[in-house]
Amino acid sequence: MSVSAEATVVITHEVGLHARPSVKFTKLAKSFAAEVEIALAANGPWFDAKSIVKVMAAKAPKGTVLHIRASGDGANDAVDALVELVRRDFDEGADHARTA
Amino acid sequence: MPEPLRLQGISASAGYAEGPLFDLDKTVLSYVGKETAGDEKAALETAIAIAAGRLAVLIEMAVGDAADILEFQIAMLEDDALSSPAFAAIRAGLPADKAWRQALDAEIAGYDASDQDYFRARAADIRDIREQVLRALSEDGNVQAPAGAILYGEDIAPTRFLETDWSSGGGIALKAGSAASHVAMLARSRGVPMVVGLGASPAHLTGIALLDAEHGGIVLSPSRAEIAAFRQASSAFSARRDQAGTFLARPAVTKAGEAVRVQVNIADPSDVDRIDIATCDGVGLMRTEFLFGKTLPDEETQYRAYRKVLEWAGEKPVTIRTVDAGGDKPVPGFTIEESNPFLGLRGIRLSLARPEVFRVQIRALLRAAVHGSLKVMFPMIAVVEEYRQAAATFAEEQARLAAQGIAHKMPPLGIMVEVPSVAIVPEAFVEVAFFSIGSNDLTQYVMAAARDNAAVAHLNSVRHPAVLRLIAAVAAFGEREKIPVSLCGDAGGDPASIPALLEAGLRDLSVAPAQLAMAKAAIADISV
Repeated sequence: MSVSAEATVVITHEVGLHARPSVKFTKLAKSFAAEVEIALAANGPWFDAKSIVKVMAAKAPKGTVLHIRASGDGANDAVDALVELVRRDFDEGADHARTA
Repeated sequence: MPEPLRLQGISASAGYAEGPLFDLDKTVLSYVGKETAGDEKAALETAIAIAAGRLAVLIEMAVGDAADILEFQIAMLEDDALSSPAFAAIRAGLPADKAWRQALDAEIAGYDASDQDYFRARAADIRDIREQVLRALSEDGNVQAPAGAILYGEDIAPTRFLETDWSSGGGIALKAGSAASHVAMLARSRGVPMVVGLGASPAHLTGIALLDAEHGGIVLSPSRAEIAAFRQASSAFSARRDQAGTFLARPAVTKAGEAVRVQVNIADPSDVDRIDIATCDGVGLMRTEFLFGKTLPDEETQYRAYRKVLEWAGEKPVTIRTVDAGGDKPVPGFTIEESNPFLGLRGIRLSLARPEVFRVQIRALLRAAVHGSLKVMFPMIAVVEEYRQAAATFAEEQARLAAQGIAHKMPPLGIMVEVPSVAIVPEAFVEVAFFSIGSNDLTQYVMAAARDNAAVAHLNSVRHPAVLRLIAAVAAFGEREKIPVSLCGDAGGDPASIPALLEAGLRDLSVAPAQLAMAKAAIADISV
């Protein structure tokens, strides 16, 4: 894809980009018209950020530097919003980390 | 060849069946493949939608972690990335179940291979998703017994009976069950051989079986001699049934020349497609519970069902019973769970407690009444106030239909006599248009012996003097007050009970269609 926005963010969530955060992550990604992808390294492989199956398959643990890129309508907004979500630890307090 | 194995039970519907045993209690359902890849694709799409729908219902009730897990599962199910390998496999020629299993197993393997505990643990979620869709696939109305099979299990649901195609034979053999259950009634009305109370089986039973539902036995791994004897008994039974068939076309008359009206009991409107109206005096009981099978039917659905039967009967009377749900006939969304359902909110009690459901049925009945000779009766009446309240509701709906200018007619309104309070004091009900004795429930309430319990089957007898005395009292009261009295329980079609019923004064019986000929033959043999 012809990338029009790209950013990186460190996953601080205790168990990584897991079930509940990935539901939130893909839901947010789907709210944008832009194509959005994630990767665990700058050179890929890239995964569709709107597919929970693909996002989960990325298996991003705590401490991963998550690469997010987008193209098309609202690409910048999409990347900004997703980076924010990861940075806010998916709006979950530390107490949520106990759950699998 | 294994040794023959014989199990003895109680006959619930006479007849003979020879065929493969089909295990009703098998928990692992099997998926039946479709004709084309297009159909396989559609089956998988439907199953995924069903599984997601079920999860959506569960999530409504879930909180915390359970809700999170369900939300995750729904998101996975709704993601095309999960199912696209399965759809690709279907295009390549795999059936839906194999394609789905293969696709999900690949996904699961990816999680299993993770070096992180958390991701490995998600494999269980994906397995769960896999199983839910497989279950929805195999429930897709296509888990059918092979044609002519003998359905064997603990018990059988009425819906299961109705879903089964009995046109090429087959039968039912139950470990528990009861000859007075509703499935047994259905089996008798369709002429499906059925045996109950076989008890726990000593081993896993499979293979060809001989079901002798005349004497209540079943034989597995039969010897050649047994097969020969069985076939002989089976043809002799058919011959007797055929001979009785000569009585079918004639009005029922006793040896002494007394005319007896013989009507039929039906459960499903389509039952009348198999009955010649010339062979009976009308419909003595049309049950409406089965219309209420899985969902509450709307007014139009009910109207069409009632109208079909009324038009089929022509000028002959059709007695429709308002819904008798509850007891052993639960209706999802209508009946409630009770610790003692036979003594709880069933029949008219439930209808009066749920007027919004009752009024729909009443409107459908009032509208259908213009298409024939309709009579309506209320089940489980215990006190006259219940009859009055039900009749008042009929009057209200009649006024409403009149105000709307919709064609309708008020049918005669009668009651079932099945709660002993009515049979003991019939004079309290002098205002009703007719009585119909429900001998099954009357017997179980008088004898305090549940009709669905094989252990007390010996007590559940309509021929006990206590039951017969009540029947005779109601018949005499009706005669005196010029209120018609009929009987629509199983006893009416039982050649062994018919003499006692006629002696008790009854001259109007309603029987299962399959018993019509035998009942008429039995009446012709009585000297009353």
